[in-house]
Amino acid sequence: MAITFQPSAYSGLVDQDNGMVSREIFVNADIYAEEQERIFTRAWLFVGHESQIAKPGDFFVSSMGEESVILCRDRQGEIHVFLNSCMHRGMKVCRYDEGNTPIFTCPYHGWSFATDGALVGVPFYKDAYHEELDKSQWGLIRVPRMTNYKGGIWATWDENAPDFLEYIGDFRTYLDILFDGWDGAEGGTEVIGGIEKWLVPSNWKFPAENFIGDRYHNISHRSVDLVGIGPSGQGRRDTRERDNARALDISFPERGHGTIVFLRPADAQPVPSYQNDPVIADYFYQSEIARKERQGELWRILGGPGTIFPNMSYLPRQPRSIAVWHPRGPDQTEVWRWFLVDSAAPPEVKEFLRQYYIRYSGPSGLTEQDDMENWNYAHAASRGAMARRHHYNYQMGMGHAVTDFEDGGLRIPGTVLDVTKARAGEQNQRSFYTRWADFMAARDWDELAGWRRGNGSGSTC
Amino acid sequence: MVVANDPLALLLLKQDVETFLYHEANLLDDRRYEEWLELLTDDVRYWVPMRRNVKFGELEREFTREGQDINWFDEGKDTLTRRVNQILTGVHWAEEPLSRIAHMVTNVEILEATPTPAEPETVSLRCRFIIYRNRVATETDILVGRREDMLRRADGQWRIAQRQVFLDQNVLLAKNLTFFF
Repeated sequence: MAITFQPSAYSGLVDQDNGMVSREIFVNADIYAEEQERIFTRAWLFVGHESQIAKPGDFFVSSMGEESVILCRDRQGEIHVFLNSCMHRGMKVCRYDEGNTPIFTCPYHGWSFATDGALVGVPFYKDAYHEELDKSQWGLIRVPRMTNYKGGIWATWDENAPDFLEYIGDFRTYLDILFDGWDGAEGGTEVIGGIEKWLVPSNWKFPAENFIGDRYHNISHRSVDLVGIGPSGQGRRDTRERDNARALDISFPERGHGTIVFLRPADAQPVPSYQNDPVIADYFYQSEIARKERQGELWRILGGPGTIFPNMSYLPRQPRSIAVWHPRGPDQTEVWRWFLVDSAAPPEVKEFLRQYYIRYSGPSGLTEQDDMENWNYAHAASRGAMARRHHYNYQMGMGHAVTDFEDGGLRIPGTVLDVTKARAGEQNQRSFYTRWADFMAARDWDELAGWRRGNGSGSTC
Repeated sequence: MVVANDPLALLLLKQDVETFLYHEANLLDDRRYEEWLELLTDDVRYWVPMRRNVKFGELEREFTREGQDINWFDEGKDTLTRRVNQILTGVHWAEEPLSRIAHMVTNVEILEATPTPAEPETVSLRCRFIIYRNRVATETDILVGRREDMLRRADGQWRIAQRQVFLDQNVLLAKNLTFFF
């Protein structure tokens, strides 16, 4: 590797004044190794959904950064996240993807752990350890901080990290659209069985920045738009609800999260959608009416793709799903995809959505196949010695974002770039990399929680 | 395997079915996608489940369920036709430029032939496949698995009425599935 980077060098790699980002942060192995330390052991990461572990003993093996973790509900019904590595010699104590178990027994030397992580079985405990091993000290390594927010399970390895709600801040307004029911009922979603997992030969930040709000890449999806796979058989989505809406790119540079939304006019009313089937059309129409009643003015905000820093992305409406971009080396990402439906939706609606999700998403999805081709070869063509000398351009819409956006009396939290006329912008990506640079340079969470010092929130780089 | 009370008829049927499967593989590898679609019945079911690591004794949970879970594919002719049409737009970047693909079909077994192997209307078969895909410069995927097909005779020709594909992978090692099994 040509260069070893010092923390002070990271700000230079993300050139906020000029809207440029060095290709090194995508392709350099040293920087990648630093990311594992500085980002993935400190940030809040998405682990799974509580509906995946509904019963005591249920487990789901997930990943935090590069590392395997077990999401598990113990016999008392409490949820835990553990490092999936035996405390004796490191063997993975669980190599199943999901299931139900009273105990995790390591296949190497037989140490066994209860579903609350406690070390409960040690072969030859009496004869070989002379009963001197303090089992209470050798339970599975537990994440120090975990939260269940509306069914989504998040965890961080940093005990000094702020609470999850402080971590997402005002972005909560947008994340709620994902986890609440279509009618606005709090946390009214569940995961459909089957988590997509696949490898993409690209750095993890390519998909993360794409999902944070890249309205500019429509050419990528020209073929699916021509063919039509949307809920009504046309385009990619049912978009009548966006008629006359304002297009807003919203981000929080001090936190790194961002999303694109559509803001309906103040006098907007629910419009019929999904009209190919009366049961389905009625469900969504009635849900919209209920949501409007429940949420008032906030109902005007129509959610779009978003990213929670660093590597959890989502689509809150169509097709409703969560993607986590697990880093697997500078040149490889393992994508995991969860699909959500309203728990209370009738079977016809769930089935309709299931089919739509499959044809849209992931390696077999008519839309996302083309995304992965772009991330693959954008990454590949950025690795060369010559290519690395030239920064990527993130200048679109620079200087045009505001932090006091208001429309028809509704105040929109965040750094907002109104792209109704412009059609695209890169403020969200600039916010993402601003935060990336913060994480790479900061010593600890005292430095990372800049909003506590009252700065950062006004940044409009 | 079907009971071979008419071994000659079964042999001829197997030959007939294999010829059909090789013809189908040739159409796909020759990128004659529209002709391939004509080999599918209008009510075809095309299912490719995902595959989990599960405990011994729980193997019934190994595959995601058709019609219930998220699967790699779980669809009929309408969506398959849209997939073909997408490739034919010429701007489906994941297949533009087109991949080089070879389907190897092997271990063909006739599981059932109704009403008889001598005059079959439907045939259920099992086979193994290797799909080799190479695209752009050095990008190469090799997918291996088992396939279970149900063929139906229509207008004197075999048509595919059902295809079930069991891939021998957990995390999919290919970045996409832009080809047909």
